[in-house]
Amino acid sequence: MKPLCYIHDLLLGLWIVFKRTFTKPVTVQYPEERPYLPPRWRGRIVLTRDPDGEERCVACYLCAVACPVDCIALQATDNPNAHERRYPEFFRINFSRCIYCGHCEEACPTNAIQLIPDFEQSEYARRNLIYEKEDLLISGTGKYHDYNFYRVAGVKTRDKDKRQGEHELPPVDVRSLMP
Amino acid sequence: MATIIVDNRSYTVDERKNLLAACLGVGLNLPYFCWHPAMGSVGACRQCAVKQFKDDHDPSGRLVMACMTPASQGTRISIDDPDAKAFRASVIEWLMVNHPHDCPVCDEGGECHLQDMTVMTGHVYRRYRFPKRTHRNQSLGPFIRHEMNRCIQCYRCVRFYRDYAGGRDLNVFGAHDALYFGREQDGTLENEFSGNLVEVCPTGVFTDKTLFQHYTRKWDLQSAQSICSHCSLGCNTTVGERYGIVRRIMNRFNSQVNGYFLCDRGRFGYGYVNSDKRIKRALVRPALDRTKPAQPEGVPQVLEIIGERLRRVRGIIGIGSPRASLEANAALRSLVGPQQFFLGVDEQEHRLLSTILSILRTGPVPSASIHDAEQSDAVFVLGEDLLNNAPRLALALLQSVRQQPMERVDELKIPRWDEAAVCNAVQSRRGPLFMAGHRQTWVHEYATDSYFAAPDDIARLGFAVAGRIGPDAPSVPDLTNDVRDLAQRIADALTRAQQPLIIAGTGSGSQATIEAAANVAWALHQHGKQTRLSFVVPESNSVGLALLGGGRLHDAFDSISQQKADTVIVLENDLYRRAEQAKVDAFLETAQTVIVIDSLEQRTAAHADVLLPAATGPESDGTLVNQEGRAQRFYQVFVPDGDITDSWRWLRDLARAKSPEADGVTGVATWNTFDDAVSATAATASELARIGEVAPPASFRVVGQKVPRQPDRYSGRTSMLSHLTVHEPPPPPDPDTPLGFSMEGYRGPLPSPLISQFWAPGWNSIQAVNKYQDEVGGPLRDEMPGLRLIEPVATKAPCWFTAIPPAFQPTLHQWLFLPLSAVFGGEELSNRSPAIAERISEPFLSLHPSDGARLSLEDQVTIELALQGMTYRLAVHLESSTPMGTAGISLGYDASGVRVPVWVDLFKAIKTGHRRRVA
Repeated sequence: MKPLCYIHDLLLGLWIVFKRTFTKPVTVQYPEERPYLPPRWRGRIVLTRDPDGEERCVACYLCAVACPVDCIALQATDNPNAHERRYPEFFRINFSRCIYCGHCEEACPTNAIQLIPDFEQSEYARRNLIYEKEDLLISGTGKYHDYNFYRVAGVKTRDKDKRQGEHELPPVDVRSLMP
Repeated sequence: MATIIVDNRSYTVDERKNLLAACLGVGLNLPYFCWHPAMGSVGACRQCAVKQFKDDHDPSGRLVMACMTPASQGTRISIDDPDAKAFRASVIEWLMVNHPHDCPVCDEGGECHLQDMTVMTGHVYRRYRFPKRTHRNQSLGPFIRHEMNRCIQCYRCVRFYRDYAGGRDLNVFGAHDALYFGREQDGTLENEFSGNLVEVCPTGVFTDKTLFQHYTRKWDLQSAQSICSHCSLGCNTTVGERYGIVRRIMNRFNSQVNGYFLCDRGRFGYGYVNSDKRIKRALVRPALDRTKPAQPEGVPQVLEIIGERLRRVRGIIGIGSPRASLEANAALRSLVGPQQFFLGVDEQEHRLLSTILSILRTGPVPSASIHDAEQSDAVFVLGEDLLNNAPRLALALLQSVRQQPMERVDELKIPRWDEAAVCNAVQSRRGPLFMAGHRQTWVHEYATDSYFAAPDDIARLGFAVAGRIGPDAPSVPDLTNDVRDLAQRIADALTRAQQPLIIAGTGSGSQATIEAAANVAWALHQHGKQTRLSFVVPESNSVGLALLGGGRLHDAFDSISQQKADTVIVLENDLYRRAEQAKVDAFLETAQTVIVIDSLEQRTAAHADVLLPAATGPESDGTLVNQEGRAQRFYQVFVPDGDITDSWRWLRDLARAKSPEADGVTGVATWNTFDDAVSATAATASELARIGEVAPPASFRVVGQKVPRQPDRYSGRTSMLSHLTVHEPPPPPDPDTPLGFSMEGYRGPLPSPLISQFWAPGWNSIQAVNKYQDEVGGPLRDEMPGLRLIEPVATKAPCWFTAIPPAFQPTLHQWLFLPLSAVFGGEELSNRSPAIAERISEPFLSLHPSDGARLSLEDQVTIELALQGMTYRLAVHLESSTPMGTAGISLGYDASGVRVPVWVDLFKAIKTGHRRRVA
């Protein structure tokens, strides 16, 4: 019986190969041909700017603590003489450790850190996978165009006094006794 | 004890507590804001609502505030009751109506009591979408940042600042939902304990400004226990580090020492560790040639050069330090030999320290911890300026004046935790606090009587009080009527008290006041009182150094000048602070080789032929003995860069370099780990024998694991060093302690010195300390609060001190210069911290107005004063509290070289032609 089985399997295989000869292949000719990646694809990480062109990142450390492989390191700083906003002094992502899970993006309260549909990060040297802030920071708003943390946070910055944000009442006059 | 029933489970609690404290004490979670274990209940925030039932047949019950309800026998409450839960959720939702959405840029975020309580009540989604109240913030000085938008009106800040810490310049303004907690106008918060607002505020209204400058979240701080090195009290602190920079200091609860609060010098004085004046490399003069400046050199080469020199020298002497750990001093003592080891303190301090030690050793009265001071019901301070020399003890005295009025509170059957009712019952009554000194501070407002006089007169007052209390104690015959009456009043108040406390110290440089204090305490002891004595000493390990014992500084100078030795090792000490400049210059000049081990550039270090970089407190392990005689361990928080290492390791290396052949090596050369250092130190003096029991040894493990210094959410492990190397070096080993420089290890109940930070599930803020106590406000579970090394053995007073000084006589041309220390500026290390430096006041000379008139000096003029070979630029302060015939001198930064008390002819010393009116 065994030889019969072999012949059957052989013919079946031949039939499948014959059939596939007439179907469209699924592989594409990357890199000449580029696949479509949806906007929410979790690829390379960028730091974005708010609609006014200022850095969105406020160095709150939530992305760093959310990162399951601890590949984000940053240091907060503040320049009271400039825009009176907190921002990262340095911001470093070790992409040789990153697993593109997107937890940093979910944790980010200001929409600053975003994962974008770019996966072409291969390098020959691991040190080239260490991205500093200048490698991460882009000029645009990324996927979220309108959000500006400082418009809703209630704190004062150089460009925004108290009361000028959304849903902010004018500062209280403590000397007033009016009800 | 009482049994209370919470959600149908019974618990045994202390019936003197309120329900909130009782529930927290047994480990239940109940949200609160306005209550604080050290400040009692006022029932302001309505957050701790629970349902109380009459008995087990009561179906409905009623809502009560747990913090305002006594935990009496049989109390039946429910925390989980739906009504109580809904009530608490509503309260927090109302609070959050005006709370801004700024947690990402708030320094409290991640360790915020408001965040914790919001999560605890289950209020996770905001329904309010309408305008929020805003406030203008104030600039409150170099320590505290202000963001009033975040306020939830719990009143804790003003209750702490005004009621607990005696501050006057923070208050609440405004009305209804527009309350404002701040100063009347922008300006520095003046109170010396303002830093505690950072911990007291349940949210981010008051945050640490020094932390803001290099902000790091709590979860990113590598932390360990430290002991504050900025005064002699030895408060426990938690130091937090990240990227090799000390980021902040938080209070570390120790039931016997500092409790819940620190002073600002301790909290904000850490900046010296990050200073750019740190010595980071081993430096040596080429060929040990004095004419050439010291150059950085590799450690092996430096040790080789020193070793060669040490093998050929005539003799080595070592000068220890009252700010270095016991182990470092013991290492030096072992290296140079006990006969060649000298305490690095000035003559007068040496004498006073020996007197203090002999009083504590031979007398029947034990020394007082800060906790004891808080419990005292009558206090007599002799000649010590507590606010400036030992601030946390001054804060304890503000609590001690509340003790005696508590009798009235108990009589009225008001529970002691019911703060508002207690205040109402107490009104302005204060317990006895007598302060004798030569300088007025705001603490004197709390004193029953203040007496400003020269140290001799203060000592006479003390002797007179002792003479009135103890029948056989020597009395002072020729007193003025005022002083006699005052002595009688003090004696009466002290004999009426149950736990009187007598405080003196080295601050005024007077031996007689210390002896008088001992006489008073011993006389009270004869009366059968639970008397305590407290001596304030200059530095963090002054008592430890004195226990170790060593020669006097002038003997060290002599042995160099008489050619008995030609090489000197100076351990963490600036000799220019200890003796006159000319003497130190001559000493350093004559010595053939000067080896200095220190952490910061200073004048002695500038003369070093070999300069070795020492680790500061947060970079090393060690034991300090505070003014009470309590030995406490501080742990290394992080590994410093450069050649920096523990002082005892440098000394060990010097010893090995001196005798390189491995056989026959003894003493410090055999030390390998910190435990070796501890056991060798314990063997040097009988009183130090138990210092090994202060904290667990390095071999301590729980389930075979070390204890991590980093929290379990420490971030950035795989990228914080990746710009230097992608190979992720392993965490540095720590052979010295049971702690590890990593996130890995045992997490769970630990002996208190090993707790890295107070943190419990659901409790991210410092309030988590409740979860480490069996009883709220009581000792920590498994607490090791340090070890008291000196306990009284005598039951009777030894012979009385009889050297009663004659009354102080002002002279026509001479003024007695007395030291005025400053909380900011009076201590060597904290002075080098930028935040503290901002608060250091200009140097000044304080005179009585009549003396000012005699010298034709007006208030606030600037003078140039020639003193002991130096010229100082000083502002003149005319103050009526300065005793006539004396002059108080405060040199701020420059507190060095000047030996006081000393008689000075001001007519000659003040350089005329330089008097200038200050705007």
